[in-house]
Amino acid sequence: MELFKREPRIDFLGKRRLGVVLSALLLLASIGSLAMQGLNLGIDFTGGTVVEVGYPEAADLGRIDGVLEDAGYGDAVTQFFGTQRDVMIRVPPRDVDESAVISEEVLAALQADSPDAELRRVEFVGPQVGRELTEQGLLAMLYALGGILVYVAFRFEYRFAIGSVAALLHDVILVLGFFSITRMQFDLTVLAAVLAIIGYSLNDTIVVFDRIRENFLKLRKAGPREVMNISINQTLSRTLITSFTTLLVVGSLMLVGGELIRGFATALLVGVLIGTYSSIYVASASALALGVTKYDLLPPEKEEDQGEGQEERP
Amino acid sequence: MNRYPLWKYLILIVAISLGALYALPNLFGEDPTLQISTAEGDPPDQETQQSLLRFLEEQGVPAIGAETREGQYLIRFDSVDHQMDAADLVSAKLGRGYTAAMTLTPRTPAWLRALGAEPMYLGLDLRGGVHFLLEVDVNALREQTVERHVNDFRTLLRQGRIRYGQVEPYEDLAVRVSFREAPARDEALRLLQEDFGDLEFDRDEADGNYYLIARITQDDLDEIVQFSVNQNITTLRNRVDELGVAEPVIQRQGAERIVVQLPGVQDPARAKEILGATATLEFRLVDMERYPFTGDPEAPRLPPAAELFQERDGNYVVLQRDVMMTGDRIVHAASGIDQETGGPQVNIRLSGAAGRQFNRITREHVGDLMAVVFIERQSEMVLVNDEPQREVTEVREVISVANIREPLGASFRITGLDSTQEARNLALLLRAGALAAPIDIVEERTIGPSLGAENVRQGFLAVVIGFALVVVFMAFYYRVFGLVANLALITNLVLIVAVLSLLQATLTLPGIAGIVLTVGMAVDANVLIFQRIREELHAGSSIQRAIDQGYGKALSTIADANVTTLIAAVVLFVFGTGPVQGFAVTLSIGLVTSMFTAILGTRAVINLIYGGNKRVAELKI
Repeated sequence: MELFKREPRIDFLGKRRLGVVLSALLLLASIGSLAMQGLNLGIDFTGGTVVEVGYPEAADLGRIDGVLEDAGYGDAVTQFFGTQRDVMIRVPPRDVDESAVISEEVLAALQADSPDAELRRVEFVGPQVGRELTEQGLLAMLYALGGILVYVAFRFEYRFAIGSVAALLHDVILVLGFFSITRMQFDLTVLAAVLAIIGYSLNDTIVVFDRIRENFLKLRKAGPREVMNISINQTLSRTLITSFTTLLVVGSLMLVGGELIRGFATALLVGVLIGTYSSIYVASASALALGVTKYDLLPPEKEEDQGEGQEERP
Repeated sequence: MNRYPLWKYLILIVAISLGALYALPNLFGEDPTLQISTAEGDPPDQETQQSLLRFLEEQGVPAIGAETREGQYLIRFDSVDHQMDAADLVSAKLGRGYTAAMTLTPRTPAWLRALGAEPMYLGLDLRGGVHFLLEVDVNALREQTVERHVNDFRTLLRQGRIRYGQVEPYEDLAVRVSFREAPARDEALRLLQEDFGDLEFDRDEADGNYYLIARITQDDLDEIVQFSVNQNITTLRNRVDELGVAEPVIQRQGAERIVVQLPGVQDPARAKEILGATATLEFRLVDMERYPFTGDPEAPRLPPAAELFQERDGNYVVLQRDVMMTGDRIVHAASGIDQETGGPQVNIRLSGAAGRQFNRITREHVGDLMAVVFIERQSEMVLVNDEPQREVTEVREVISVANIREPLGASFRITGLDSTQEARNLALLLRAGALAAPIDIVEERTIGPSLGAENVRQGFLAVVIGFALVVVFMAFYYRVFGLVANLALITNLVLIVAVLSLLQATLTLPGIAGIVLTVGMAVDANVLIFQRIREELHAGSSIQRAIDQGYGKALSTIADANVTTLIAAVVLFVFGTGPVQGFAVTLSIGLVTSMFTAILGTRAVINLIYGGNKRVAELKI
């Protein structure tokens, strides 16, 4: 079975204005939302306490709110977590914070009200640790992007490196934007997913770039735009199949992996979709816009090839 | 064409067999186990072991196996219910002097264990348990250090008969001694330099006073911090042993932090109480002239040698400012029952020298009252101008006022405690010793046992379903080549499990997600190769050439694509913590093993099927 009976001839780069407009709109929406309302950061970054409690039957959130109110935790946010029997209680860091005992007090209050309440999970992150995790997270993202920039520049050419990093930034901003707009909680595992997306999206971009480099050498008569178009088309099956298999596993992770991993899986799902799109449009289009020609890619050891292509040099 | 030399097949066979061997222990499952040892860390003797097994049999919770391993006596049960019943029974039967911890022990057969094969090590989010990040309070440590030097200087100068004015903390990390005359100062300098060669000494003069300033260097402070973190780790280990936790992890993290992981702990509150508290005791004499206290607690008019304290029940009592004895002289403390009243008590034993000193003081005060002051350091976060700052309060409370009926010696007891639980906790804290520097909990992550089991189940299900979907798709889309790729995918999964087991790297929930993701991405290499082969075929290459070119041309692309993902994974590992690192580990391992299986592995099988001199009419791709 084959996705395309013949090699497809879609003029991707001819429609790059459409891509630019689409990307610009999405970026605008993402950056706008990030600037206006930021991310719904989890306690990994803000500090605070999360207590997850399991009940034998569907829980009554209103009642739980009341119990917490009486226990002096009126500022706690309660919500169902996965099922109606699991309740997640999030207590923000407080002005005066006997931080380490919050979880115990919350649990004690809930169990006094309903002895069947079972402790499922407690997470407490001190404000200092939260700030460190935020710093480390940002640093990790920068280092990952930097490392990739260097590697691609070394293996290809700086314009490709810029193109691929532009695509990565594009992906990262859109995924962050997605989390900002949907108000889904952004915690450490989601950050890990974002970094994995950086790796994944790049994987896609590299495959296209690799083919562009190869075709620049092979198709001597074709101009850069044509070469890129052909390359994207040649790798299209592979891009779609790999994205599809990845979506299969990420989808199964999202459906059956449980509540704790849902944010992570969602980030990956969105990231894979955006990454696939960006490696076609953003990466190649930026490299093209920066004026990549085949002379930038000719490996120096193949001197004789360069001789043949001499007359094409402007 | 398309033939592999024998050595490549050998490499593959060896790698796959080793992989299968080391992945094998994960199939055997685990037994609920009771892990028993004496307080000294030895297994109980043969006789006790036999009587325990008989006792459990009689009580209707038969063991399904028992063995001694690494200083522990392990009794296996067929269900968690039996294990829990047995834990209560065994604790009751053995009494004090033994610890019995509930754990899960792998059913790995002995021959596999002999080869060093163990199942994967599950993280806390998969097995349930408590994770704490503790931080040593460096500011308190600085103050302590300066304070200690102030005291040492005073003692040394007094012994050296040097006349000095004042010894006081100075600036940030220094001590200043003032003198009336320069010669005294210079003599003091010589004397102090002998004992405190590490300090930086400065001389100064102002307003007719001569000063000697001793600075503690940053290197010294770092060393002190390091020493105190190490000492804390030792103390924590003792405390954790008291809790009866199997396989605890207590590790330094960075300069000032300690990670404590307690798998399977069901009651985080109690763990926190025992780990986080710094408690000491002081024994002081009650001011008998002001007993009972009748004045106004807001404005007590007391002589300088007396101090007002509050008791647990809210009453006030005036104590002498001099401390008879501090808690750090305690060598042993155990809770028990007061034979006369039936109330809880703590039996305390002091070190020999301290016992004699205690005896001397109490002999002069028989009939007087003695108070036990419990001092607990509690820290809390306070927002000052939106900046969180730690504020430390010292809670000092009189927990008992008792008659000194006779001169006390090295052994005595404290009665009048509220509950047996309190007696136990107090005894535990005293026994484990005072911590070298105050520590605070800065992070906690607790996963209940039921949630842990659920995470394992869901993670496993996600792997199975994701894997099945990919396998079906590949077989459908690439036919024979798809089946070969699936073979590689299965091998890849086995190899990931084998490497994780061999490294005993911690498998976390995000780690499982990493495995799932690798499964999805691992086929990428094969997709790249197969697409290339198809292209070559379309371009009219011969079948053998198409296979060869397909593999050859895809190689650099695969390498490039994987290296970049690896960069992201390594960065994640370096900057990530716990669970995120777990993700980075499985992702990295998966990338490497998938390159091996997808390139070398599939090629070997394809060569066997189509390679050599076979006449192939059509590639099923």
